[in-house]
Amino acid sequence: MDFLNALILLLNYIFVPALAYGSQLAIGAIFVTLIYGILRFANFATGDMMSFGTMVAILFTWYFQSLGLSLGFLPTALLAIPFAILFMGLYMLIIDKFVFKYYRLNKSPPVQLAMVSIGVMFVTQAVVRIIIGPSDRRFFDGEKFLIRASEFKEMTGLNEGLAIKSTQVITIVVTIILVSTLFWFLNKTKTGKSMRAYSDNEDLALLSGIDPKKIVMITWMIAAILATIGGVLYGLDKSFKPFTYFNNMLPIFAAAIVGGIGNPFGAFLGGYVIAFSEILLTYAYKKFFMYVLPESMEPGGLIQLLSTDYKFAVSFSILVIVLLYRPSGIFKGKIL
Amino acid sequence: MRKNLNVIAAYSIMMGLIILVGIFQSWNIALSIFNLCLISAVMTMGANIQWGYAGLINFGIMGFTALGGLAAVLISVNPVQEAWSAGGTNILLSLFLIIGIVLAVRFVLKRYQKSKIRNYVIAAIIILGVIIIRLVSEPGIEAIEEVNPARTGFLGGLGLPIIFSWIVGAFFAGGLAFVIGKVALGLRADYLAIATLLISEIVIAIIKHEDWLTRGVKNVIGLKRPAPYEVNLQETEWFINLVEKFNSGKLALISDLSERQEALNQFVIEGSSVFVKLCYSGLFLVVVIILLILTQKALYSPWGRMMRAIRDNEEAANAMGKNVVKQHLLIFVLGSAIVGIAGAMLVTQDGLFTPGSYRPLRYTFLIWVMVIVGGSGNNFGAILGGFVVWFLWIEAAPIGLYLVNLTTAGLEDTHFLKVHLIESVPYFRFLMMGIGLLLIMRYRPKGILPEKIEIK
Repeated sequence: MDFLNALILLLNYIFVPALAYGSQLAIGAIFVTLIYGILRFANFATGDMMSFGTMVAILFTWYFQSLGLSLGFLPTALLAIPFAILFMGLYMLIIDKFVFKYYRLNKSPPVQLAMVSIGVMFVTQAVVRIIIGPSDRRFFDGEKFLIRASEFKEMTGLNEGLAIKSTQVITIVVTIILVSTLFWFLNKTKTGKSMRAYSDNEDLALLSGIDPKKIVMITWMIAAILATIGGVLYGLDKSFKPFTYFNNMLPIFAAAIVGGIGNPFGAFLGGYVIAFSEILLTYAYKKFFMYVLPESMEPGGLIQLLSTDYKFAVSFSILVIVLLYRPSGIFKGKIL
Repeated sequence: MRKNLNVIAAYSIMMGLIILVGIFQSWNIALSIFNLCLISAVMTMGANIQWGYAGLINFGIMGFTALGGLAAVLISVNPVQEAWSAGGTNILLSLFLIIGIVLAVRFVLKRYQKSKIRNYVIAAIIILGVIIIRLVSEPGIEAIEEVNPARTGFLGGLGLPIIFSWIVGAFFAGGLAFVIGKVALGLRADYLAIATLLISEIVIAIIKHEDWLTRGVKNVIGLKRPAPYEVNLQETEWFINLVEKFNSGKLALISDLSERQEALNQFVIEGSSVFVKLCYSGLFLVVVIILLILTQKALYSPWGRMMRAIRDNEEAANAMGKNVVKQHLLIFVLGSAIVGIAGAMLVTQDGLFTPGSYRPLRYTFLIWVMVIVGGSGNNFGAILGGFVVWFLWIEAAPIGLYLVNLTTAGLEDTHFLKVHLIESVPYFRFLMMGIGLLLIMRYRPKGILPEKIEIK
């Protein structure tokens, strides 16, 4: 029984939250990696693009709520996602046309494109803050919990409760659907294959008649889908605040590089690597050992490897270690 | 003279703008903008050495700034004796342990061939070391943080004049840069950017949460000043006389004696804060000028030529026998040290150290905008960039307000759009920075004052 309790404890405080957080990071990391692989620059506007998409989704959510539309026990925001993706894609294409295209055609070095993306970051940040303001916003509605801790305790008779928030389940389900569709698209369809070819060797791809304009446009559209869904999922699970989204760029970058930048599958796993290591290293294991160990050996301290303040620092340290030992990431990057 | 015309023109316009602010808003605001412009100029010079001279991307400017600030605290605050006696030994012991770990790792690296076992041994040393350090330091940290937590709760500093911290800050930042450089300089440009960005976040996390060292988010306030205090000035005889002399024209207009006294008091209060700011301006100006002379000398020296050669073609420079790795490390350390000076200056000017205020947008990306806008590779350009961008950053809100009022003049004052826009005026600065950066990158990619290298 104690063993089961310990297991549920870990599930409740480590596994489920890390899985949800990891999915959110994974989507962002695939976004970064796609831009890096196909458009060939590190996009420092990642976090802000996600916050733009989320902002549009929130505005639509409010509009639907005012109309009285809802999805029942599901959050209304899910209904708003397609519209948000449209706006996000439009925004990205406009930015590409007026900003990135020029440098792409001139074959500027990636560093210059990264600098330009900082300009885009500033502008997007301004747009988001001017439209919706900098404050913290919750836009979740519908059923909050799938299983409540107390219900779970009653059901199983265990001491430890397992609470599963509906946002966590939504996050995981949506991630699975989204990522598997994306991989299917990249590996099985003709457009996806041409995207991979373009990423692998631009000149060869052009020689074999692949239209770069089309590739770039499709990349931005996929990026819009990823940015919006990733952002909305994070916002549903936690809350929407432009500043947090900007900061999320950092673990997302870490995930993308750890997985091997340019490699979507690596980025997908990198998200979970980062999320799990963050939570595993900063969780206080006292209660866990209380269940597992006999009473005489009960631990005195919190048994916490690092204080939760260092959550971000953990992922960055992992990144530094990976960069030192395997600069191309866990899964060899830059092949797509 | 002729060829420097654009430099002189650009700087005159900039000074003119600041003087205009002095006339139309207040001299206080103008001087505080000017001081922060000077500090920004030091930061941009640091970034410019790395990016403009050597082509190294450093997105960790925030971390080096914060370390400079930390130096200001550790130098100027009086030591907290109680805390030292409570937990000082533990902290010192952990410090020695850290040095021991580093030496042990170095020993293993030097002594044994590269192998899997060596990696495991190193990992084991580090993990064991961290556990021992935690065990040793934890009681000490708790004891220190319990010493009068509302006012101290940390070890304090050395109690020296705060000016010294400018040099120490440079050494702190340079030391960190040495470590980062050893680790990360081999990376490709964009990887280096991301790595430094993330490492600077780690530095901030440590400064924010190690309360025994920095008080963390509880902030350190009331740091010593290299300049006189306003309150003291307002009671000094010669200062009051000085203010009276300056404003004699205005004072003579007031006939009533008590009213005149009141007006004089008002002038003295205003004058004192202007005077203090002028003191800071003088100090900062000295730093900027010294750094400018040094960096200019370096730029036109054989060493500067070598750096440019490395930047423009690394392989060719390498083939000519230049040690690219070593030079990159050197310039990374030098540039970061200059940023460290700026960090210490910033804390000196504010008189307080607030770890929570270090954010990448303000201390990394804005500095980069300054370098790019000003003109990378040109010291005068970098300084000008610091001035222009900081000026706009501060004045963006008034300009934005003016624009909003202009464009919505047809709407009623209570119209929701107008109210909303006026509320979001502070965020126009982001918009201006972004659009400014994009325009400069597109139409004048070398910046306002481009790099000019004469071949004699």
